[in-house]
Amino acid sequence: MDRRNFIKLAGVGASGILLPVTGVAVSAEQLASNGMDVGQKKRLADIVLNAARKAGASYTDVRIGRYLNQFVITRETNVENIVNTESFGAGIRVIANGTWGFAATNDLTADGIAKAAHQAVAVAKANARYQTEPVQLAPVKGVGEVSWQTPIQKNAIEVPISEKVDFLMDVNNAALKAGASFINSALYLVNEQKYFASSDGSYIDQDVHRLWAPMQVTVVDKDSGQFKTREGLSTPVGMGFEYLAGRDEDKISGPTTLYKNSYDMVEDAALAAEQAKAKLSAKSIEPGKYDLVLEPLHLRLTIHESVGHPLELDRVLGYEANYAGTSFATLDKWRSGKFQYGSDKVNIFADRTQPGSLGAIGYDDEGVKAKRWDLIKNGVLMNYQATRDQVHMIDQKESQGCSYADSWSSVQFQRMPNVSLAPGEEKYSVKDMIGDVEKGIYIVGRGSYSIDQQRYNFQFGGQLFYEIKDGEIVGQVEDVAYQSNTQEFWNSCSAICDSSDYRLGGTFFDGKGQPSQVSAVSHGCATSRFDKINVINTKRKIG
Amino acid sequence: MAILSRSEAKKILDKVLKYSKAEAASAQLSGAETGNIRYARNSVSTSGIVNDIELAVEARFGKKSGIATINEFSDASLEKVMRRAEELAKLSPDNPESMPLLGEQKYMPVDGFAESTADITPDQRAKAAADSIVAAKKKDVVAAGYLEDARSFAAVANTNGLFGYHAATSANFTVTMRTENGLGSGWAQSDVTDFGKMNTAASSGIAIDKAVLSQEARALEPGKYTVILEPSAVSGLVAYMMGNFDARSADEGRSFMSKKGGGNRTGEKMFDKRVNIYSDPSSPSVPAQPWSDDDHMALQRVDWIKDGVVQNLPCSRYWAEQSKGTAIPSPNNLIMVGGDKSTADLIKKTRRGVLVTRTWYIRMVDPQSLLLTGLTRDGTFYIENGKIKYPIKNFRFNESPVIMLNNIEDMGRPERVSMWGGPAMIPALKVRDFTFSSLSDAV
Repeated sequence: MDRRNFIKLAGVGASGILLPVTGVAVSAEQLASNGMDVGQKKRLADIVLNAARKAGASYTDVRIGRYLNQFVITRETNVENIVNTESFGAGIRVIANGTWGFAATNDLTADGIAKAAHQAVAVAKANARYQTEPVQLAPVKGVGEVSWQTPIQKNAIEVPISEKVDFLMDVNNAALKAGASFINSALYLVNEQKYFASSDGSYIDQDVHRLWAPMQVTVVDKDSGQFKTREGLSTPVGMGFEYLAGRDEDKISGPTTLYKNSYDMVEDAALAAEQAKAKLSAKSIEPGKYDLVLEPLHLRLTIHESVGHPLELDRVLGYEANYAGTSFATLDKWRSGKFQYGSDKVNIFADRTQPGSLGAIGYDDEGVKAKRWDLIKNGVLMNYQATRDQVHMIDQKESQGCSYADSWSSVQFQRMPNVSLAPGEEKYSVKDMIGDVEKGIYIVGRGSYSIDQQRYNFQFGGQLFYEIKDGEIVGQVEDVAYQSNTQEFWNSCSAICDSSDYRLGGTFFDGKGQPSQVSAVSHGCATSRFDKINVINTKRKIG
Repeated sequence: MAILSRSEAKKILDKVLKYSKAEAASAQLSGAETGNIRYARNSVSTSGIVNDIELAVEARFGKKSGIATINEFSDASLEKVMRRAEELAKLSPDNPESMPLLGEQKYMPVDGFAESTADITPDQRAKAAADSIVAAKKKDVVAAGYLEDARSFAAVANTNGLFGYHAATSANFTVTMRTENGLGSGWAQSDVTDFGKMNTAASSGIAIDKAVLSQEARALEPGKYTVILEPSAVSGLVAYMMGNFDARSADEGRSFMSKKGGGNRTGEKMFDKRVNIYSDPSSPSVPAQPWSDDDHMALQRVDWIKDGVVQNLPCSRYWAEQSKGTAIPSPNNLIMVGGDKSTADLIKKTRRGVLVTRTWYIRMVDPQSLLLTGLTRDGTFYIENGKIKYPIKNFRFNESPVIMLNNIEDMGRPERVSMWGGPAMIPALKVRDFTFSSLSDAV
């Protein structure tokens, strides 16, 4: 087994984020080298399937995974850290005596992997003594030998480190030149090379790529003792290095520049410094009820927390009660067929096939083909996110393909697919929307976020806040956070911009489970309006 | 293989450093055997054992450094890992903040290893879960819990003569009990070095009582309340504050510890005079590794806040050199001094107030004032005339720990809790004017 390490990242994102990193440190060149030949993986997988069946397993799956990470971390004119890790091994999951068993090994010899298969069966048999709910697995037809790859144009891991360092130094210099006191910037690259085989007759080879380029600009006014930060307006993506091309056609003009399918990090760094400076003298918000116009990069986090998590079936059923919590979206509400989660404008769907998204895959980590399904239709709760062993509890016969493990050494469980808000059907732009608001705030980017353990009460901040008066933006404001209740909030959704404003945004490190695992997921939406939401002022003075 | 003795570890470290052709090199060997069991819906869901040992080697040429890791220890493997670290160092850019390797360090003696934890068996884990589930079923309550135990060691050495060895054990148990009707929820935790001192049945009993008592919660208006925060409720806020104690960001003007006009607030009285927070790796209550993971610098007993006055901020060796200050590594444990009252004693002396079992989903709202938001969870009660009167709905709070630690009315007996970065002793606190800003329907 290999160790899960944590890299402390001061200054990027929330204070002192700990990044989970699995694997051993290697050279950048090794990351770009080829892994084990697919024929050899199939031979090993067949050894596992046979060994487990002979030992008494009624079902077996094996994931042979090579997980690669590269992090380049900088501040101002310095490279703080370059981390390359590689983790290679196999995780074996079986059902024996109606109970799951799991074992993992990095000994990928025929003997080593067969031994792990026997261990998995032994664990299942031992746990069967304490099992009161035998596993019921929804059927999946074997797909034979297939493969899938994230549709990337330029493999970011193959780009030379020096080019990445030069790029981040350009970003940092642009911020410093524009008046930033400090800048932290980074590149995080992930490549999961996953081979899945199961006793259903599937042999699935997948190559999954993800990229994130976060930054945080800080401006300090020493005389007043005030400081302000502005984070980058990029998003983590299921794309290659092409995301950082910053093409003109992907730029959206408005009160600030926003980005669609590619990101101009150098330009955004300079803008971030200017906007952080403007925050120092911006008006402090008057608390009260406002109509909120929420930009997609911001709204996607609200979707994640208030729709994505409460509709995870394992939470609804109580499996996460001791950690992440349960859910207000209980089975009785769903069974009624009438639970009005949001207004009739609200259509929310799950989709693991969206190109460029973090959750895009060909097949999930238990061999179920990626698909799209409705979670909320015309405001009514329609469905949940489930895995093969859960769907029978919601009277369904087919898994929705929500199984994921963050490493070969972690056991797969239910994780969130991409969950997105459908755009409005009628032509309606952000300018039209702002023009229709009398007293409101246009909120851009992700800020502070917190929600209760059943996902009722939440509070969100943002990166940039613009006050709207009588259909016009009148200036930047500060100290804004809004509080609402999930059902009230989504029922106050009165307008959604059309598909020309629809875009994806994502989360790179979503935590869940004990021991904790991370996953990455995207959310699509267009700018949307929510009426009469409670806004608080977050300014405090400490002695 | 996961736990090596001092002499076994030293032998491997000495050998790998001998292979070094770099200007300087250091090595860290660490290993752990971790066991866990998880249950929910009154049934065991997963359990596992993870064995892990790893050698990390750093090679240096001037301001360049490279790190490589390996989990095999043959002579050939040891030579290979050192060569790889050297290659990586040569390819890496200069790090202008690089500091020379430390020389010999005098590490504090720490007694943090308990045989009862080292010898824990799968049956003991299963029994801990079973005790909890059986007790829950008797009261028509649904149990969900998680027990994780570890025995581990770490050893460090470098080409400047530094060597250290530390072995440790730990066990952490958390349990959530929910009434079958979904209207009540209770939680308890236990964090120990010695598994023999962990009583999962007693913790489960506390959580069951809270679940049963917390049903049919009434709604109180949000506002400022006198609160009794149990140790797990206090630790969420104090952890955020101590995690943001940092000399460099304070000196740079981007911290709640920054001083107007420049510098930091060390020496200022920022808190109630009863606030005393220190760290000490040799503490028998919360023993911790006696060196910093960053550069293996020896940890000492350090006062962070004494009688309400900020005494020290963690400061890297690089920043100490730049700011002409003293290098002080970040701590591996934390001790907040409290009183000798139990939580029940604190309740008895409260005319009107709110008892909070734990705080949850805490996030930074404003780093300038360290304003945090979060929620109460798993057992929130209204106190009147010294007694728990009735359960109340959970609240969202917006509060700064700096303000909270200025509004102290009374302090309870410290208890051991698990906090970011290590174990901590934290007292229950009675605090006036704690800001609850909205209600939550969550149970």
